[in-house]
Amino acid sequence: MGLEGKVSAGTLYDKVWDMHRVAELPGGSTQLFIGLHLIHEVTSPQAFAALRELGLGVRHPELTVATVDHIVPTTSQVRPFADSLAEEMLSTLEGNCAEHGITLHGLGSGRQGIVHVIAPELGLSQPGMTVACGDSHTSTHGAFGAIAFGIGTSQVRDVLATQSLAMNKLKVRRILVEGRLQPGVFAKDLILHVIRSLGVKGGVGYAYEFAGSCIDALSMEERMTLCNMAIEGGARCGYVNPDATTFAYIKGRPFAPEGMAWDQAVAWWSALASGPDAVFDDEVRFDAGTIAPTVTWGITPGQGIGVDETVPTPEQMAAEERPIAEEAYRYMDLAPGTPILGLPVDVCFIGSCTNGRLSDLRAAAAVARGRQVAAGIKAFVVPGSEQVAALARAEGLDRLFQEAGFEWREPGCSMCLAMNPDRLEGRQISASSSNRNFKGRQGSASGRTLLMSPAMVAAAAVNGHVSDVRELLENPCAFASAPAETRPVAMSPSLMP
Amino acid sequence: MSDSPLPFGPIPVLQGRVVVVSGDDIDTDRIIPARYLKCVTFEGLAQGAFADDRIELKGSHPFDRPEHQGASILVVNRNFGCGSSREHAPQALMRWGIRAVVGESFAEIFFGNCLALGIPCLSGDHATILALQQAALCEPDTHFRLDLATAEIHSQASGAADSAQRWRLELAAGPRQMLLSGQWNATGQLLSHEEELVRTAAGLPYLAGFALV
Ligand code: SF4
Repeated sequence: MGLEGKVSAGTLYDKVWDMHRVAELPGGSTQLFIGLHLIHEVTSPQAFAALRELGLGVRHPELTVATVDHIVPTTSQVRPFADSLAEEMLSTLEGNCAEHGITLHGLGSGRQGIVHVIAPELGLSQPGMTVACGDSHTSTHGAFGAIAFGIGTSQVRDVLATQSLAMNKLKVRRILVEGRLQPGVFAKDLILHVIRSLGVKGGVGYAYEFAGSCIDALSMEERMTLCNMAIEGGARCGYVNPDATTFAYIKGRPFAPEGMAWDQAVAWWSALASGPDAVFDDEVRFDAGTIAPTVTWGITPGQGIGVDETVPTPEQMAAEERPIAEEAYRYMDLAPGTPILGLPVDVCFIGSCTNGRLSDLRAAAAVARGRQVAAGIKAFVVPGSEQVAALARAEGLDRLFQEAGFEWREPGCSMCLAMNPDRLEGRQISASSSNRNFKGRQGSASGRTLLMSPAMVAAAAVNGHVSDVRELLENPCAFASAPAETRPVAMSPSLMP
Repeated sequence: MSDSPLPFGPIPVLQGRVVVVSGDDIDTDRIIPARYLKCVTFEGLAQGAFADDRIELKGSHPFDRPEHQGASILVVNRNFGCGSSREHAPQALMRWGIRAVVGESFAEIFFGNCLALGIPCLSGDHATILALQQAALCEPDTHFRLDLATAEIHSQASGAADSAQRWRLELAAGPRQMLLSGQWNATGQLLSHEEELVRTAAGLPYLAGFALV
């Protein structure tokens, strides 16, 4: 019997859940085995301390992988860090990993980076796994057809101690996206559009399965962007069924199966996809062709509009959305009815686990090439990992960005959450390729964030205000730069000439 | 801040005063800003609870108002605790003195993080929560009694007994039982299934190098 014979029926979510079910717990939840546990410096130290208190060890150190991302500075990464608290967090992680025999992909290893960028690029994230990490954007790994979700520190302790978690099964909503994204429209725009439509709590209690012809045509990096932000729509995990694109991405990566095991893995992975018998608890459809470059104007990721739209008026929204919109008008200092196009920005940030991969940097570079960051704008590029940085440098993207007036930084989370020195000041407003526009998210209690795709951030940087990237792309000089694809994961097809 | 002990053992009933933090979609970045996450223990987190909102409101935030000091039941609105998975958020609330949260709805990770600390999150419909918030805001001194077995909260009127009010809330059977039995910390249960853990791991193709069975 081939491995595919071991797979049950239903949705991918059902199949993966069934295989990882350890026991039913008295409280009605299920004990679920965790196949891959990712840890970083912010949410793990208290978990290791709790283990020590309980006199427990790490059950499967070989299934836990660590890196450092949230607190690392992106200018000088020389140790000890200037910030003694950051240094303490990093050395605590180093000590815990050494003590328990956990692999740490640390600074300078060539493998360090944002946890959700490095696990895929190392081939650690694979179809059919359960993936947990003390970070809500763990949903990213669902791009591979894994069931991946964020957990709190008490649960990190539980996974370390038992390689399992008490979980409740989610419902599954299929999000069918048909058609093609228009040129200049990216996976980021698609997910901002989905969240705008279904709301920031629309996904609570659900896993989101992304399917349809548009999703089939997305690269792995685009699928990661999509699944990454499922959590911003309230869905604790999002996933895409594994297919030839998935397998081509994984093949040859450091932790990918090889030889005979590869063929058997592909057979098993293929059998995991939601079958024709799959029953979904809900289904929603979108037409990809109608989606415009999307920008958030408010203080939740659901407050997004097409770049050619105006800030919605209270009359245009459901009554229950009005109080948070009122709060957003005040905080963002934006009146209802204001066009978002042309809104001046102060800081432009390209990076994060949503949009800090090679294809993101290429898309932004296609806009930046031959142009200059507008006067008075601070613009910087933070690669998602050391590997992304190396690949980008090999293509000359670092020089391209620097010549255009962007700063080129070392990898890390950076101004996505501003735990390191990269932060907004006062009421500065940023164009950001990250995932959260919450009040104070980017390090200033009154700082403001506009979420958008990396190409849109680059467009904002060169114009000094929110711009429609499609107009810049109509300029042929933007296309001249389109680099040849080195991997199937490379560039959005919509940017190709 | 409260000096009541951290949650321990079965939690059938919680009593105390209410503090209301109103608004939908209050995310964990607002409950505790990222700069407070630079720590290797949770101990000092109470001061970070709603830190930026408190600075902005210069002393008039509910967590700073004298009448709410020592309150232990937090009443919120919809989708409370969305965003980041940081357990620092419930830890900060708990260390400030919160022992239960009542609201219209909660983000899942936040709900689970609270449960793992022995902090019940009960939900009620829009009208119920507004009424409860109104009652608490009118008389901040009122003591409330939250009964987990019946998922009810009622005010304990200081004067005439008939002024006491009662509201029905919801708490799913699973979490409710965990809190009532004192088994809200899952580690012990997870550890008790050694054989099943071994068997499940053995059945996962990716842990066996994709070898054929
Ligand atoms: S890049 Fe941002 S969202 Fe992603 S892991 Fe880092 S802090 Fe979290």
